[in-house]
Parts: sequence; structure tokens; C-alpha cells
Amino acid sequence: MRRDRLGYLALLALFLAAPFVAYPVLVMKVLCYALFACAFNLLLGYTGLLSFGHAAFFGTAAYVAGYVLRDWGWPTEAGLLAGMASALLLGWLFGALAIRRQGIYFAMVTLALAQMMYFFFIQAPFTGGEDGLQGVPRGTLLGSVSLENDLTLYYVVLAICAAAFWLIHRTIHSPFGQVLKAIRENEARAVSLGYDVARYKLLAFVLSAGLAGLAGALKTLVLNFASLTDAHWHASGEVVLMTLVGGMGTVLGPVVGAGVIVVLENELADKVGSLVTVIMGAIFVACVLLFRRGVVGEWVAWRGKRRTRS
Amino acid sequence: MTEIFGVPLPALLGQLMLGLVNGSFYAVLSLGLAVIFGMLNIINFAHGALYMTGAFLAWMALNYLGLGYWWSLLLVPLAVGAIGVAIERLLLQWLYKLDHLYGLLLTFGLALIIEGIFRDQYGISGLPYDIPDQLSGAYNLGFMFLPKYRAWVIVASLAVCFATWFMIEKTRLGAYLRAATENPKLTQAFGINVPLMVMLTYGFGVALAGFAGVLAAPATQVNPLMGSNLIIVVFAVVVIGGMGSILGSIVTGLGLGVIEGLTKVYYPEASATVVFIIMVIVLMLRPAGLFGREK
Repeated sequence: MRRDRLGYLALLALFLAAPFVAYPVLVMKVLCYALFACAFNLLLGYTGLLSFGHAAFFGTAAYVAGYVLRDWGWPTEAGLLAGMASALLLGWLFGALAIRRQGIYFAMVTLALAQMMYFFFIQAPFTGGEDGLQGVPRGTLLGSVSLENDLTLYYVVLAICAAAFWLIHRTIHSPFGQVLKAIRENEARAVSLGYDVARYKLLAFVLSAGLAGLAGALKTLVLNFASLTDAHWHASGEVVLMTLVGGMGTVLGPVVGAGVIVVLENELADKVGSLVTVIMGAIFVACVLLFRRGVVGEWVAWRGKRRTRS
Repeated sequence: MTEIFGVPLPALLGQLMLGLVNGSFYAVLSLGLAVIFGMLNIINFAHGALYMTGAFLAWMALNYLGLGYWWSLLLVPLAVGAIGVAIERLLLQWLYKLDHLYGLLLTFGLALIIEGIFRDQYGISGLPYDIPDQLSGAYNLGFMFLPKYRAWVIVASLAVCFATWFMIEKTRLGAYLRAATENPKLTQAFGINVPLMVMLTYGFGVALAGFAGVLAAPATQVNPLMGSNLIIVVFAVVVIGGMGSILGSIVTGLGLGVIEGLTKVYYPEASATVVFIIMVIVLMLRPAGLFGREK
């Protein structure tokens, strides 16, 4: 446990120093996707539910936050909360529908529901269609500190992400989290022990959707726009990939995975153009075949093996 | 002119035909998904990408090899089936002992690779593929014009669907297949080569997708994105119908195509989402799907 805490502190220190080494906007993007992936991992890694439609929550919150900030002139904090609230509501609706089916069907239902939202965003008058919502202002923190400066915004985003990460960590290690893990391991047994499994699944789904929404709203704030890409099924696939690369069912895995994928996409975008998709697909295949535990999962397994040997 | 709810009859029938064409594609694709799922317990996310590959192979056969539509209709499904066999042998066979989710993830990765390669090579603007001479033009039925090619797509798809149904339900090979789906270990013990059956099933399932791709090439444009746009709708079709029954997949596919066509006439704004909305309603009323069995 203490070693874990040391790991978190090291990671926090790394992120505190990061904007002085790397481009702050890129690191903020990593943070947003890390939060997105952590929220997703709460569902896949700890409850055993593969949602293939998490882009719906990310995208919806991105649009709602962008709209209330730009067109209604809401303060930044209210914009973030509005985005998150919209994702919570949508998560509750979609979750209640999706948990009626299990396993592979759950994945297909979430994907289809997310696609429905995507078509809605294409047609809806307030999303700006193909252009998206451009020029969303960052506003100020508590009405006094301007967030237009990248470095100021960076530490605000870091603080929010750290708080959300702490919340996820608390959830996983709480009695509630233990029940989720029990459902993942053996749903029938959890039912026979008297747990209202549907309720637990729905709660996990809503929580995951809400945090994914927070990530989406933050992303709008960081990049000043929300677009159809945020709600596209590619984004849903991307968050699955991040979690898989980092290690599903590990606390830090999604953060590492998000870092790897975002930086990789950023590096490759200029060099190989549309072949980025091919490379992402190849990483997917390689991870599934050879590397199912992911970076952090492999590390944990390796450490465990070393400890038993000594 | 006759009107039904304020829409002229020819326009209505035209959209109905278009709906049946789309429904035929849904039927063939969801049938392939169901056959594969029954045997391999994998949801083949690459199905849409292989459908698109089928259309592209037809285009390439015409433009690089000079092979026309009818040759493509025969050879492309075989080629796509061969790609499927290679995928099963090289990649999928390592996943059978794992959670079903890994199969979905792997085929998702494959779909990204296939789509990405075609996008890189051909862009996303779409390539034209002409309707073969024998099928161009339209029949004049008196009350409407029926484009020959649309009629052909519906007839050919239905023929393939029923041939598949007949093979699985009525032949000896189909009996082996059903036995291997029900209990692979016992079937293997009776001396039937189950791994071979699995390989052929996957090959056959994606060959159906390739066939649909060739049919689609003249009807729509040949476009790298045509598969992924379609496959998500087909997933919704599968959720609505359930994968328990072959005839169920066919009926659901065609029915949803027709509903989509009618929506295009009466409330075009919802035509892209109507299938998903029906899925929501089915999930609320009959979670196992119309023809599904709750396991």
C-alpha cells in the first residue's frame, strides 16, 4: 500500500513538472484522456462491463460545456458542471437500457446508443455540424484568475483530474468497489449473496459516464472547441485502446495508456497521415494477442514474481 | 395520383424498395454475424470492414484486371473468405479460451487496420462502380418504375440467405455445424474435425460480407467508410433480432430496412436514428430481442 502511495506521489510530481518540459496543451490533453480512460476502466476493469459507447458521454459533455460557455456566457465552473451533469443524466438513461443485456450484447447496445447520439449531434442546430463549436472561451477561475494562460489552466486541470482520480481510487477501494469486483468475477454468486446487481452496475455506469463527461468538458476548455470527433465511435475505441495498453483493472494503467496513445498520435499525425488508424489497429491486435495485461499489469506481475522468488 | 398520408404512391414505393435494398444488406450481414457468433462466440467487428473490402475487390478486379461484375460476384466472396480463413488461423484461434470480449477487441483492431489501409490508398471521396449492362434500366410496372438493379439486389440477397438457412438446417454439413455449436467437445469426440469447422464457418461468414460488398458496389459508391457506417446499424439489428435464429435475422434485417425507408418518406430527420430508437424500445419491452433466447 505504501509503495502504491509512493507511486502516486511520483506520478503527481511528474505531472507538476511536466509543463516546463513539454508543451502544456499536449500534457493537458493527456490528462483529459487519462481521466476519460480511468472513468472507462472503472466500468471495464472493475465491473467487467465493456462499454463501446463512452464517446457519447465525452462528446455530450464537450458540446454542452462548449455551448453554455460560449453562447450563454456561463462561468467556467458552471460550464464544467453542466457538462458533467449532462453526461450523468445520459449515463443514467443509457445505463438503465444497456444493463438489460450482458456481455457482448452490452457492448453492441452501448455502441448503437452512442451512434444514435452521434447522428443527433450531426443534425442538432446547436452543434455547428461538421465545424463543431469553435472558439469556446476559457473564462476565469472563481471570477478572478484568467485561464487564458496555458500554465494557469494546466494547474487547474491537474487539480481537477487529481481530485477525480482520488475519487475513482476511493471508489475502487471502498466496499462498493469490492461488490463491483465481485460482480466482475462471478455475477451469479453476487446475486446469490443478496446484492442488487443491476443497481450496482447502474451506479458504476452512471459514475463512469459522469467522470467521462468531466473529461470531455475539460477537453473543450483546453482545446477551445468541441467537435463531432469527440462523439465518434473512434473515440470510444480509443479509450478502450488506452485502457488496454495501460492495463485494465489497474489503477494507474489508463493514465499510462492515455499518455502513450495521445503522445503517439501527436507524434505520428504529421508523419504518416491517415495511416495513424492502421497503427492504432495494429497496437490493438498486438495488445490482445501478446500483451493482455498492459504496461502496468505486466509490471505488477513482474514485481509479484520477483517477490515470490526472493 | 394516388396518395398515402400525403405522399404520392410512386415515391412511397420507391423508398420502400430502397428500404428493402438496405434491409437485404442488413439481413446478409447480420446473418454472417450470427453464424460466426454461434460457432466462435466472437462478435466480428471486422465484418463491416470485410464488406467494404468486398466492394473494393470488385472495383479493383474491374479496373486492374478487367474482370466484370459477374466474375466479381463469384470470385470476390471466395477471396474475402480466404482472407477470413487467414485471419482465423493466424489471429482468432488463440483467443477461444479467453473472455469473449477479446474477440471483439481484436476484430475491432482489424477493422481499424483494414479501413485505414483503404483510406490511405483511395481517400474517402468514393469510387464509382457502374451497374452491369444486363441490370441497368428499370421495369415499368405501371404504377411505378422499378430499377432492375434494386430488384436484383433483393432477389440475390434473399437467395443467398435462404441457401444459408437450407445448408445449416437441412444438410448433413449443417447438422455437424449445429452439433459443434451446441457442444464442441462431444462433437470432436465423434470424430468431426471441429477446428476445421470453426475455420470454415468464419471463412463462410465473412464471405457473406464480401458478397454483400459486391452487391453494394454499384448500388452505393465504393467508399472506405461504407463498412463502419453500416456495421453499427447491423449491430443494432442483431440486438433487436437476437442471434438465436437464422430466419429471425433475415426477417429482422428486411423489416428494419423497410421501416427505415418509410421513415425517410414521412419523417426524414429520424431516418438515421430510427433503427436505434427501435432498439431502445425492444430493449425496454423484450430485452432478449425479438427472436432471442435469454441464456
